[in-house]
Amino acid sequence: MSLVSGTLYGVLLNYQGALAALGDAVHQPPYKAPPKAPVLYIKPANTWIGDGAPIPVPADIEALQMGAALGVVIGRTACRVPAGAALDYVAGYVVVNDVSVPHDSFYRPSIRLKCRDGFCPIGTRIVDRARVPDPDALAVRVFVDGALRQQNTTAHLIRSTAQLIADVTEFMTLSAGDVLLTGVPEGAPLARAGQRVAIEIEGVGRLENPLVAEGQA
Amino acid sequence: MRRARVAYSGAIHEATAAEDGVLRLADGRFVREDAVVWLPPFRPRTIVALGLNYADHAKELAFNAQDEPLVFLKGLNALVGHRAQTRRPDDATFMHYECELAVVIGRPARRVSRAAAYDYVAGYTVANDYAIRDYLENWYRPNLRVKNRDGCTALGPWLVERADVPDPMRLALRTTVNGKVTQEGNTRDMISDVPFLIEYLSGFMTLDAGDVILTGTPEGVVNVLPGDEVVTEIEGIGRLVNTIVGDEAFGRSVQR
Repeated sequence: MSLVSGTLYGVLLNYQGALAALGDAVHQPPYKAPPKAPVLYIKPANTWIGDGAPIPVPADIEALQMGAALGVVIGRTACRVPAGAALDYVAGYVVVNDVSVPHDSFYRPSIRLKCRDGFCPIGTRIVDRARVPDPDALAVRVFVDGALRQQNTTAHLIRSTAQLIADVTEFMTLSAGDVLLTGVPEGAPLARAGQRVAIEIEGVGRLENPLVAEGQA
Repeated sequence: MRRARVAYSGAIHEATAAEDGVLRLADGRFVREDAVVWLPPFRPRTIVALGLNYADHAKELAFNAQDEPLVFLKGLNALVGHRAQTRRPDDATFMHYECELAVVIGRPARRVSRAAAYDYVAGYTVANDYAIRDYLENWYRPNLRVKNRDGCTALGPWLVERADVPDPMRLALRTTVNGKVTQEGNTRDMISDVPFLIEYLSGFMTLDAGDVILTGTPEGVVNVLPGDEVVTEIEGIGRLVNTIVGDEAFGRSVQR
């Protein structure tokens, strides 16, 4: 995948509904407080596959969670960027499926749940920044076998795209070729081997992948 | 063989150790070690790190037994080479080094058995993987604001080829701060050893050339301050030097 030449970062709980779904648990152990700074994770190179490539479903897992995410492709070095200028550092946008084995705890989940081979399909096309005037107002839809299973909008982000870039680059530099996902909406649908998942993000594109039992891909 | 990557005279070079204090560049030139800028000694891809992989350090941080290795990932922004500077934010109260054996993968590894694991290793280097505990949150621990800061993971000086390290599970580790020994351990005390980690990780993620596993640190982590020289050293692998600098050097305002 030449699209990502650096590191691909995801961010936990950046949709209002995703945080709200946890309710009072965010104040209880083990979390004790809601997230303060952006909570990032990495989808490593072994997880990256292209549009149409099979997502392997492990034999002992019934269904995988389909994480519809807007990928922000960084265009130049961004270190301590103010929110007002953050989008200037963006090359463009891409549709990403942040696949997970379903899990309930966000305290210290095993990377086994998010970093298996093929767990991060990435669209083939980067849509230039100039063609996406407002990345915080894009409809997000997920279809499983053609049926609409999830609908949300990037208008529901807790940190807007620009604010997220600002808050992340306060503590770490993003470079050209890095990709930052702006979050996965609540109620991510499940899909099983034999099914097809499609993610559409308004104005950015469509990403479609079959799920295949591991070893049969 | 000990291999390095260095910047010298306007370009990046692969180099090998010649006589004491001298490097031989791939183009045939001989240069003094202190005349080059040291880079991480291999081209990195996925960076895998282990939390709490020494029983004594786990106890030091008050952790209980684990049912599988505590693994997290790091981005390329974190890496620096030998003799680099690492920033300590002005508001930090507890920033500590971690001396770790780094295992560099040499070729694609998928579902590798413990018995075959070393065949996939290119070599070893020393890592100093800093953490700033002030920023710890209880979400996806250790959250990247603690462990993935720019320049907070030093690697080097050398990639020591696997053939030159007969038993990586029996190496003394030592850290000194301004010449005073603050951390001592031995790789034999790892909870999950190198062959197990390769078997475990390659069981769900295909490792590839340039992937590196930072295998955790023993007890003895202490706070470091701007101006401190931190040397992390592993027997037979190398001696990695790093200097802590304050916010001023990075053009950040300092509140005092």
